Amino acid sequence: MKVKVITRSPDEYLRETKNDIHKVFRNYDPSLHPFEAPREYTRALNAVKLEKVFAKPFLGNLDGHRDSVSCIAKHPKQLSVIISGAYDGEVKLWDIPRKLCTREFVAHNGVVRGLVYTPKGEHFISVGDDKIIKTWKSLIPQFGEEEEPVNTILSKTVVTGISHHRKSNIFATSGEVVQVWEESRNEPIKSYEWGVDTLHDIAFNMVETNVLAACASDRSIILYDIRDNGPLRKVIMKLRSNKVAWNPMEAFTFTCANEDYNLYTFDTRNLKKPVNVHMDHVEAVTCLEYAPTGKEFVSGSYDKTIRIFEMGHGHSREIYHTKRMQRITSVHWTLDNKFIISGSDEMNIRIWKARASEKLGPLRPREKTALRYSEALKEKFANHPQVKRISRHRHVPKHIYNAQRELRTIKDKQKRKESNKRKHSKRGEVPYVPEREKHVIKEVQ
Amino acid sequence: MGKLTVSNDMAVAKESKSKDIIEFDVSNVKSKPWGRRREDRFNEKFKNKQRNKTSSKYPIDKVKTNTKSKKEKKRRYEIPEEVLKKYSKGEEVNLKKVHTKIHRTKIEQRERNVKFATEFAAKTEVLLTEETGFLEADDGETTTQFTQGAIADSVDITSAAKQFELKLEFGPYRSRYTRNGRHLVIGGKKGHVAAFDWVTKKLHCEINVMESVHDVSFLHLETMFAVAQKDWVYFYDHQGIELHCVKRLNKVTRMEFLPYHFLLATCSDEGYLSWLDVSIGQLASQYNTNLGRLSIMTQNPWNACLCLGHAKGIVSMWSPNARDPLAKMLCHKAPITAVSVDPTGMYMSTAASNRELKIWDIRKLEGPLQEYKLVSAPSNLAFSQKKMLAVGHGNIVEVYRECCTSTAKRPYLRHRFNNPIGNFNFCPFEDVLGVATNRGFTSLLIPGSGEPNIDSLEVNPFQSKAQRREAEVKALLDKIQPELITLDPAVIAEVDVPTMRDKIEAKKNLLFLKAPKIEYNPRNKAKGKGGSVKMARNKKILQEQAIREFSKSTKDLLPNKPNEGKKKKQAYNVLDRFLPKKKS
Repeated sequence: MKVKVITRSPDEYLRETKNDIHKVFRNYDPSLHPFEAPREYTRALNAVKLEKVFAKPFLGNLDGHRDSVSCIAKHPKQLSVIISGAYDGEVKLWDIPRKLCTREFVAHNGVVRGLVYTPKGEHFISVGDDKIIKTWKSLIPQFGEEEEPVNTILSKTVVTGISHHRKSNIFATSGEVVQVWEESRNEPIKSYEWGVDTLHDIAFNMVETNVLAACASDRSIILYDIRDNGPLRKVIMKLRSNKVAWNPMEAFTFTCANEDYNLYTFDTRNLKKPVNVHMDHVEAVTCLEYAPTGKEFVSGSYDKTIRIFEMGHGHSREIYHTKRMQRITSVHWTLDNKFIISGSDEMNIRIWKARASEKLGPLRPREKTALRYSEALKEKFANHPQVKRISRHRHVPKHIYNAQRELRTIKDKQKRKESNKRKHSKRGEVPYVPEREKHVIKEVQ
Repeated sequence: MGKLTVSNDMAVAKESKSKDIIEFDVSNVKSKPWGRRREDRFNEKFKNKQRNKTSSKYPIDKVKTNTKSKKEKKRRYEIPEEVLKKYSKGEEVNLKKVHTKIHRTKIEQRERNVKFATEFAAKTEVLLTEETGFLEADDGETTTQFTQGAIADSVDITSAAKQFELKLEFGPYRSRYTRNGRHLVIGGKKGHVAAFDWVTKKLHCEINVMESVHDVSFLHLETMFAVAQKDWVYFYDHQGIELHCVKRLNKVTRMEFLPYHFLLATCSDEGYLSWLDVSIGQLASQYNTNLGRLSIMTQNPWNACLCLGHAKGIVSMWSPNARDPLAKMLCHKAPITAVSVDPTGMYMSTAASNRELKIWDIRKLEGPLQEYKLVSAPSNLAFSQKKMLAVGHGNIVEVYRECCTSTAKRPYLRHRFNNPIGNFNFCPFEDVLGVATNRGFTSLLIPGSGEPNIDSLEVNPFQSKAQRREAEVKALLDKIQPELITLDPAVIAEVDVPTMRDKIEAKKNLLFLKAPKIEYNPRNKAKGKGGSVKMARNKKILQEQAIREFSKSTKDLLPNKPNEGKKKKQAYNVLDRFLPKKKS
């Protein structure tokens, strides 16, 4: 007879001293781990609830401006530095971690329309309603030294916006015409015109660095190449676009913030219809910026909210609002992909987390694994009604809530009317028009 | 690595020289300041080409040996097919039915991940430290002939100490182990209740409850246990202090604790089934089964349903969500005396008073897989972790091995007591069967019955106090809601296609429904009772009311309840004739 019985010596299973870590034995046999699906579901539900618990995106504000903030620019090399311009012509330089204003001066007579850093961050250029383009040193002037621009250019036409070439010392301004400047020269090296009275925003492409896009007051978006003598193409939409932003990772993609409450993502190769329509705002969208990853963008609107959209999605994943925040004039996504900076009408600059429930600061490896695990579970059970409901729910201010409801009824009504028409007319007479094709009038070569 | 390749390179060059295939000077290569990597890659490619060319000139057998060694290197450890099957997460998705490329790549990636996880889990089997126990007879012997004494004599001292007997006087007793198999609680009919660590024989508490005791059960930890007394269920902690008296659980005969749901399920003398959530102290569900006295109950550890045995030979399965049984099985033509389900939820064994013992496939609700006719009617059944089945009749316990998939000829082990048996349980993670009898408690050694390898993060017999606390918090966070108790626990992770489609359709249709127009005919206006303004207002009120009623009625169009009309007719089963007849 041969016999063996399970015997476990405690020496092997218990730690030797109290200073050791506990010994862990794993047996991944599925029969020892029953209820895999319900337990995972429960964990996913808990994870999604915890995400809501920890969703505290507002980090702080930078106050000090005496008029509405009109524009913000972030330093290309330093995460802690931003500059902001206001409607009273004042420019302020901020130290974000300390939430302090480190430098302030009146740069322009009238509104500061645009601010931009040079690629190396040594200088910044400001434009204002006084038709002057001023270049400033980034270094704070010594005691006794006066706040003076390094270079001042008098433009012949109105200047409404500015954008700097990613690498070389070229920048472009918008206004009555698009002007391309070299930093060292006082005359524009090029100027483009295409029968429009005002262009109100301009943006250099980050990848194809010689390409420019500008929003015009005739509801069009115009593309330029600075190596070329004339503008390339334009697309005319139903309402005007307020702001345009290039995807920093995809050379051919740009998004514009439109007056009709939507944002449109275009592929430059085919401007006839946008690739995606991003809806959710309930009033005109005034500003937007891409995340450095190019996968998301943030937009600010006249409806006093900030929304974050994912590239391929038509609806926002996040909405930020506070009781006191008024109409948003500019939003920025910091270059570490972690924070969002917004300037608004009530003289404040606010700092938000890009992911509302993210923990700031370094994470321990165990925390990281736990977060990754819950992230995977959330994704797995994302379509369960309970999980979906909790993760999608956002408390919105009453005026947004009411406006959303109103818009929904309007849209439903239009849909119903169209389908009724379709029902009572010949086949094919009332065609189905996709949402993407509704908002573009034409593309002009 | 770098060195090795260089020397190879030289060798190749030399050979090529001798054979006049190609010549190049290695010593005087200009180093370029840019594109080093690209150049390296190019060289690597060139070198490989050269090697292939030269190797083709070698005799064939040499080449063969080369390739063989490479293959052997690749195949370091092959996972056996049955091990992979054990850890498998189900069939792969049929990619042919996925039409869009983007989804196909996504699903492919997921399948790859699942496969990787499965293989990884299967590979960890080589790391398991312990082996299953066994008892092998020599030629001419049978395992049945070995007595407990003989087994105890031939095993080591610590294992022999696991075989013991408690002689007690307040029987008949009932016993229950904790989930980690470390602790034991026993309860005598005459009111004797004791809890102890049976491995170290350390007594936690011993009390006389001064009432009859019908059943005992540990809760999720060894620090608390429930006792079904004469009228109500009482909770005690490990020091014997009464924590709660639950009067809602009245005249309870049997209790089962569902550890992942934190539910204490009880059945009563009066036919009531109740589930008490012990984490919040509320009854999850309680209702009358209308089946008379319930005294045979067991849980299916795989899906947390309760299996009740009835006098009509029926086994019914219950969840707290439905007032009717989820399933009913006609198992025997005689009153059922015992039911047991194995820990993996594959097999159910039932015994009836006509001396029958049957094994059923409980996942398919089919069977019987095996039928046995025993010498006498079994009064108790218990499955071990390794699917051994203990059968108790009168004062004899028999243990059968491999009795589910094949017919067992004779019992694996047998033990005879001096007194009738109360109940018995296999101790988890040990080769031990604990038998409570009329006059005490006996612990028997059954080699090969328990799972040898523990998972410390699931249930840990060696956990310290801090670990226990940690585990309790984790378990509470993962508490499964009672609504998720169904016959198939994996149903929550599957796609509910038809209802999804219905929902979308209904939502679409809602848009095109028109509120009914109402006709408002005011009565002839009495003098001085308002003018046209009031009339208009009344009309508006009526209209709004009509719209409200209409929108309420449209809500019913959404498919919240399962569509009864679309129910498919199931194939006629032999057992269907015992279903209650439908009232027309």
